[in-house]
This record gives sequence, C-alpha cells and structure tokens, in this order.
Amino acid sequence: MSVEIDIGHRLGGFALEARFNSAGRLTALFGPSGSGKSSLINVVAGLMRPQRGRVAVDGRVLVDTDKGIFVPRHERRIGMVFQDARLFPHMSVAGNLRYGRWFTPAAQRYADFDTVVDLLGIRPLLERRPAGLSGGEKQRVAIGRALLASPRLLLMDEPLASLDDSRKAEILPYIERLRDEAGIPIVYVSHALAEVARLASDVVMLSEGKVVAAGPTSEIMQRLDLLPAGERGEGGAVLETVVAGHDETFGMTVLGSPAGEIRVPRLDMPAGAPVRLRIRARDVMIATERPRGLSALNILPGRVASLVPDGGSGVDVRIDCNGVAVLARITEQSRQALALEKGMAVFAVVKTVSFDRANMAVGLPLPEAHA
Amino acid sequence: MNWLTDLTPDEWNAVRLSIKVATVAMLFSLPPGILIAMLLARGRFWGKTLLNGLVHLPLILPPVVTGYLLLLSFGKRGPAGAFLAEHFGIVFSFRWTGAALACAIMGFPLMVRAIRLSIESVDRKLEATAGTLGASPLWVFGSVTLPLMLPGIIAGAILSFAKAMGEFGATITFVSNIPGETQTLPSAIYTFTQVPGGDAGALRLTLISVIISMAALIASEVLARRVGRRLETA
Repeated sequence: MSVEIDIGHRLGGFALEARFNSAGRLTALFGPSGSGKSSLINVVAGLMRPQRGRVAVDGRVLVDTDKGIFVPRHERRIGMVFQDARLFPHMSVAGNLRYGRWFTPAAQRYADFDTVVDLLGIRPLLERRPAGLSGGEKQRVAIGRALLASPRLLLMDEPLASLDDSRKAEILPYIERLRDEAGIPIVYVSHALAEVARLASDVVMLSEGKVVAAGPTSEIMQRLDLLPAGERGEGGAVLETVVAGHDETFGMTVLGSPAGEIRVPRLDMPAGAPVRLRIRARDVMIATERPRGLSALNILPGRVASLVPDGGSGVDVRIDCNGVAVLARITEQSRQALALEKGMAVFAVVKTVSFDRANMAVGLPLPEAHA
Repeated sequence: MNWLTDLTPDEWNAVRLSIKVATVAMLFSLPPGILIAMLLARGRFWGKTLLNGLVHLPLILPPVVTGYLLLLSFGKRGPAGAFLAEHFGIVFSFRWTGAALACAIMGFPLMVRAIRLSIESVDRKLEATAGTLGASPLWVFGSVTLPLMLPGIIAGAILSFAKAMGEFGATITFVSNIPGETQTLPSAIYTFTQVPGGDAGALRLTLISVIISMAALIASEVLARRVGRRLETA
C-alpha cells in the first residue's frame, strides 16, 4: 500500500505546496492548525480539487491535473472520519453503519459487519439514534461506518480533537486495534504530539503548507527543533519495547529494550507484548557518573551523540544508549556545570512515575515494526 | 348539528371538489416545487433572480390578474392551452383541472419558500460524507438530502393545500363558478352571500372550511413533530 501526494494549491495568502510518499500502516500528518493537513486529506478524499497536483493510492491515479483526471469522491473508495462524527441523523446507528455497504461492489467488500461492530465495541448502540450518543460513541460509530464501506485507505481528520481527555482515552485503544487488526492503511491528521507519538508508524510533518520532515515516528519525534517552542520538551525518544516481566511487589512492569531495562507503572499486558514507550525529552536527567542515593529507577548508560542549543536557555542532548537514541532537554547552565561534550559517557535518568498511560501504548506488532 | 351535516347535493359537490382540487394542486406542484427550490437554494446560474421573481409573482399580483393571465395563456385560444389541448387532450378552461392549475400557481411561492428554507438548513457536510462512503450524487440526494428536508416538504405541501382550499380570485377569473365543475368552497360561499336567504348555507360551508383547514394544519404539526424528532441534530 502506498500513497503518493504532490499538490500545489493557493488560497488567498496561503500556499500549500506539499509532496510526500508514504507506505506506512498509520501515517500521521502532523503540524499546527492551519498548516494544510486537512486540505491535503480533503484532496485525497475528493472533497477538494487542487489547482495543481497528482494523487495516487496504491498506484491508482485519483488526481492528475496535468492529464485532467479527477476521480469523483464516490468512486474512490477512500473512507473518511471527520472531527465532528457527521452521522446521518435520520438513520439509526445500524443504518449509519450499513450505509456505505450498498455502494461497494460485492467482490470488494472485505469488512464484516459483526467483526467491525465488535472491534469498536458498538453492539449495544445499534438500535440507538445518533442524537442520543456521547461524543466518543459517535466517533466510534463514524469509524465503523467508514470501515464498513470497505475502503482501500482510511483517512482520519483530527478524530479526537473535539473530545475531552477521558473520551480520547476511550477511543485511542480502538484506533490502535484498527491499525493492528483491520489491515487497512490509515492516514491520520493531528496536531497533538501525544496522539502521533502513540499511534503513528510514520510521520509527515507540515508547517505553513510545506512538508518539513517525513519518516518513521521514532526519527521524527527526535527532531525537537521542528516542534513549536512550547512543545519542544514534549518530543523525545519513541522506543519499541517488549514486556519483560512484572514486579508484583511494587506494582511495576519491566520493559526490555536495547537501551536496558525500563521500569514503568504496572501495565496489564502479558510478557512479550510489544509496548511503545515515549520518553519525553523534558523527563530525562543526565548524570556523568552512575548516580547513587537517587529515587529514580531507570538509569540508562550511554554516550552523548550530539548537543544542540535551542537558541535560548536550553540544550537538546541526544544520548546513544546501545544504539537507541534517548533525548534529554537540559539547561545551558547544567551543560556547562557537567562539562558535557560529544562522545562523553553519561547516564540518562528517567523516573518511573513520569510514564503514564498517555505515553505508553500498544506497540506495533513486532514483525511489522518498520525495519 | 343536523343543519351542519344535512348538506344539499350542490354543497357536497363544492366540498368534494375543493378537496379534490387542493389535493391535485398540491401533488402536482410538489416535484416542480422541489426542483425549483433546489435550483434557488443551490444553483448558481444566470437569471436566478428572474426565476425567483417569477415564482413569487402570484404572491404579489392581485389574484384576479393571475387568473386573467392564466385565461390568456391556458384558455382555449391561449398558446399553452391550445397546445396542451391539441397534443395531450388536457383542457383547463372552465374545468376543475383549471381550478387545480390556478390553485397550484397561487400556492407555488409558499411551497417553494418552505422547501427552499429546509434545503438551506441541510448540512452539506453530511452530503459530502455520504459521497466519501460511495454514494453517487443522485443517491446522496435520495438518501440524505431528501429525508433531511422532509419537514420543509411537509410544511410546503400543507401550505399549498391550505392556500388551494381558500383560493378564490384567480380560480373564479380563470374557470368561472360552475356548480359541480369549478365551484369550490369559496366560490360556493360567495354564491350564497349573493342570494337572499343564503346565510345558513354560507355559514355551514364556512364552518366546514374552517374544520378542513384546521385538520390540515394539525396533521402537518403532528407529522412535522414526528419527523423533527427523528432529525434531532446528531
């Protein structure tokens, strides 16, 4: 599966000039509001006609302005989930779910009603009307409706942006299951770093209508320089780990990674399960010798790979821990006090309690983790 | 109550004819009403203002003028009347069909206005969503747009029916006042008021007219509420 996009579109003072290819299972289009993310997927869905450009999904050309090709949206078989669920108010939940099925040629219907309903946990809602559903329920139904049309690609335009934190937490696991079990590629638009770090296999970062970076999530998340000033410390390492075991005495889970063992609050997952761990740069301390008499449990040995001043009081330090990059954001003052230099042996220190459910997620199943 | 229910055959005819004329007028103006409302709400074309004005003309013109214009164009010697009579065998002048035509024309602006408002309130994002689910524009119209504008269609239909029940000026000008053929309720009431001793008859028909109109109004309220409940914004 691949998505190829090359689009030029000018609207008033805003110029969208974006080009990227992606073959990821869940590609996140990430960037601040107004960076052109939604315009991009609207073009892919056929909701917007670009002034110039070419869009191909799986080799099928959907838009080619040079050749005058613009496949109408209803012939594209590209599903879309909007920020506002946009359920049909005159149909029941079941009616909404079955809507797209009518229009998919029988030979191309791969989505099974019961499977999708159970995947999203919406069986109890089937007879209800959309008006009576909560925001989170609506969004799950909207995802199911898009899936049941058996699309070749699923686009999600900030599907969680209008939900509060507890509703987001309710839906995120379903999107993870979708990514891992439905076997359909997803392009996911978001301006929330936490969502992207948790869900994406690949990230395309947009700013002011241009692609500024694209690649695997773990690489892009380390580009702290690309993040808005206020969120710079939110970026950091994204580690694919596995559950090594549980420490029942203290209610902790031990995760195995090339960088060493990492202790996190108890996760309800069996040994061997993949876990994606986000270590925010602002949660990492640096020690020049193995600390003693310190409460923090995770002490990862490594070497300073690079030091990048942010232009203000901070420095972004990249530590190579046995081939895995861990990022730390410290102050220039600390850097001088420790006399940090490239190549120095150091210890990255991370508190166990700095990991919460928002930065630990079901990892991509290992065989398909990007090589 | 006997004096109310013991109608003379002519009075019964007037009641039956009025209901028939109003129903036919309403049903036949629905498809063009939806089409023109759609054009006015969504279309962008040259002459839209002109079309809008034309549709609303019967609302502003004196009914007698509308009736006379109908007589000129759809009468036996009128261009449209002659054409329809010759090719389709449809005759309007001095027939109940003419009364229905006059009523349809007079109620048309009311119907179009109600439907147009409901089209403008349909969330176009829902239509776009239906498109991404694979529905062609025609399917989108049938499965999303039409059901969502149903309250407006019901309101427009009832307005058109009610207007037809009360139409007098254009009808009497176009197709006259022939008992059994073109004498609708208002015409019959008018006739009663013109003869000595007709007061009782006029009053009876007036009451019947009030009852029918109220029933139509209540029916539309009930229908609109039932549909509205189903359409509560999601």
